[in-house]
Amino acid sequence: MHETMVAQSLLEAISDEAAKLNAKPVSAKISCGMLSAVNDEILRFAFEAIAEETPCEGMKLQIEHKPLRAKCKSCSRDFDVDLSRPSCSECEGKDFELLPDAPLLLEEIEFETDERYEES
Amino acid sequence: MKKVDVVKKILHANEKYALDNVLFLAEHKKLCFNMISSPGSGKTTILTRTINDLKGKISIGVIEGDIQTEIDAERIRRTKAPVVQINTDGACHLSAAQVSEALKKLPVKELDLIIVENVGNLVCPSDFDLGENGKIVVLSVAEGDDKPIKYPGIFAKSKAMLINKIDLLEGGLVDFDIERAKTDARRLNKDMEIFPISARTGEGMNEWCQWLLRSVENV
Repeated sequence: MHETMVAQSLLEAISDEAAKLNAKPVSAKISCGMLSAVNDEILRFAFEAIAEETPCEGMKLQIEHKPLRAKCKSCSRDFDVDLSRPSCSECEGKDFELLPDAPLLLEEIEFETDERYEES
Repeated sequence: MKKVDVVKKILHANEKYALDNVLFLAEHKKLCFNMISSPGSGKTTILTRTINDLKGKISIGVIEGDIQTEIDAERIRRTKAPVVQINTDGACHLSAAQVSEALKKLPVKELDLIIVENVGNLVCPSDFDLGENGKIVVLSVAEGDDKPIKYPGIFAKSKAMLINKIDLLEGGLVDFDIERAKTDARRLNKDMEIFPISARTGEGMNEWCQWLLRSVENV
């Protein structure tokens, strides 16, 4: 349910950029780590609801979940952690250190461009 | 179409307040823990017992987070510890801005330790940094030993885990494999301190309280 707060922050961040460029945003790419409790469907729904009647209405959200990385103590390799079966993907070692999880980021916004402006 | 690279933390508004809280706590040299668990794991009972057990040694202030009511703040008030209740009116976690306001209402100078009791929820509060010095996750044995693996986020991010209600293990009232919970939690977080306790009977409370005293000394 905290996705509504994430959606609110996202709307504010996109609106700021849109105001700077005076352009209509059509889509945005965001990313998060595996330990962030972000559910794509709920975030999209929350964003759609709060974006109504704002310049962000109708925007598409692309959400990328970045894998959680860990360093194995046995074979020293870095690997993607499967949280349901946490062990080294190479040597099955169970002694490992989690590397920092990817933060929740707004990475890219795509804006509508004015065709007439582009031609001139 | 025009693409613009932004790369901005989405929760930057919360993080701005969290940073204010970090600076505030550092300036006053105070320790602050953010206690997170499912509803009903015994957070408030742990707090009242901890406050009473540590009376005369350190003074503890509490920030209570609940969707509704002053019930928890009332329970803390009976211990004579200063407490501020935040009602989130439906929100499933506390935000750094709410904690920032609450910190202003506590007699911070007179305190050694501030504990924030977050809204009962193992998921959402883990994403919202409050500017605390560490998170304490509470898991009660009645919830099951599979919680660390089912809710990895909060277990990976916590400094300590309290396994509460261990008095229920006697007589086999609940099936809970403490070793399994410990192993799974440490797989996500090798440095995690783990304290099996019963806030009801007092079992294990001494180890937890000693750890709190050491943590306060090291601020």
